[in-house]
Amino acid sequence: MKTCLIVDDSRVVRKVAQKIFEDLGFACSEAEDGQKAVEACKAGMPDVILLDWNMPVMSGIEFLQVLRKTEGGDAPKVIFCTTENEFSFIEKALEAGANEYIMKPFDKEIVQSKLLQIGAI
Amino acid sequence: MNDLDYKFFEELLKRESGLIITPEKLYLLESRLLPLAQKQGIQGGLEGLARQMRACRDAALTRAVVEAMTTNETSFFRDNTPFQRLKEDILPVFLKSRATQRSLRIWSAACSSGQEPYSVAMTLKEHPQLAGWRFEIVATDLSQDILAQAKAGVYSQFEVQRGLPIQMLVKYFTKQGDNWAFKPELKDMIAFKEANLLGDLKHLGHFDIVLCRNVLIYFDVPTKGKVLSTLKGATREDGVLFLGGAETVIGISDAFRPLANVRGVYVRDDSTFMAEKKPAAPVPPVSAAQK
Ligand SMILES: C[S@@+](CC[C@H](N)C(=O)[O-])C[C@H]1O[C@@H](n2cnc3c(N)ncnc32)[C@H](O)[C@@H]1O
Repeated sequence: MKTCLIVDDSRVVRKVAQKIFEDLGFACSEAEDGQKAVEACKAGMPDVILLDWNMPVMSGIEFLQVLRKTEGGDAPKVIFCTTENEFSFIEKALEAGANEYIMKPFDKEIVQSKLLQIGAI
Repeated sequence: MNDLDYKFFEELLKRESGLIITPEKLYLLESRLLPLAQKQGIQGGLEGLARQMRACRDAALTRAVVEAMTTNETSFFRDNTPFQRLKEDILPVFLKSRATQRSLRIWSAACSSGQEPYSVAMTLKEHPQLAGWRFEIVATDLSQDILAQAKAGVYSQFEVQRGLPIQMLVKYFTKQGDNWAFKPELKDMIAFKEANLLGDLKHLGHFDIVLCRNVLIYFDVPTKGKVLSTLKGATREDGVLFLGGAETVIGISDAFRPLANVRGVYVRDDSTFMAEKKPAAPVPPVSAAQK
């Protein structure tokens, strides 16, 4: 079964995302900030990471920069999922090695369409 | 609604746009036409609307009814595979067969709000070997309302997240408030025109690639057959036709046949599409009698 790590400081968003990913056949785990996500990834790289931008302790973009330098850290497909919808943010995310980018609010259809595009389902 | 009024709308829609209203789809008449009647200040709901339309021919009202009944559901790179096939199987053939002209004419025959022709335009732009080629994409629809949206090339945040890879959003759009607008370099590749598939479409000319997706599903078999002959007339002998995932020509028309090994793509019955060219006939062995 494919695995997905959901990184978001909102419990509500994590639950919504978890439901969507489980419906799409993923086994999910959660992290509430970038630091916790780094630890989770060191314990085992997931196939897909759904990543919020603004979080306490360590932001999504900081996490991504760390991840891509970590051994095995270029494997997971990273999909940003954030309310940041300005051009400059999207460009910065892509430069840091994001595979896709979702602008909140999101729904199952959007997630599915993005996963298809990056070949994760 | 009484039977007579139902028949009235049924006949009108079939005649004007080919749309078949089956009894199960009756609710669509109510949900789409009641608001329209209200907006036009017509009393008496659907009966009132039918009464008024029978009483005097009103082209604008007829058009409003027909447009209100269209389904404009679409998305960027809809179903994904057809665009993959275009890129990997079809364009390579045209790269050879149009190597001298270096130009392609493409028709999106029921383009709705434009996602389909723009997806084609992006596919062409992304193809390194097509750099420097001339493209003419003609995108048509019956509905003026939806064509105006297509022409504007401005999409909501929700729309740009259905089927469009983020890299293409960054490359081909600019942000306009909460919406996203195609850059002129993309918009300039497409000519949007109003055209009814039931009409005579000779004036559009001939095309290398025709996309007529997710519109035949609304028609009955004779109408599908008629439209497919029209499409044949608009497709070059060595051109191709893309239909929607739930559409086919089999059992409907002999104008086209499926292209071997490429799902969703059709060629004319008399096709000379390169991939299908038969290998040169081997020299017949000299028969014993001739020896
Ligand atoms: C479901 S959309 C398909 C859009 C796009 N081709 C796709 O596959 O996503 C169907 C479109 O066909 C148009 N249409 C319906 N009847 C038509 C006709 N007789 N001639 C031209 N367009 C028609 C509608 O206005 C609508 O925009």
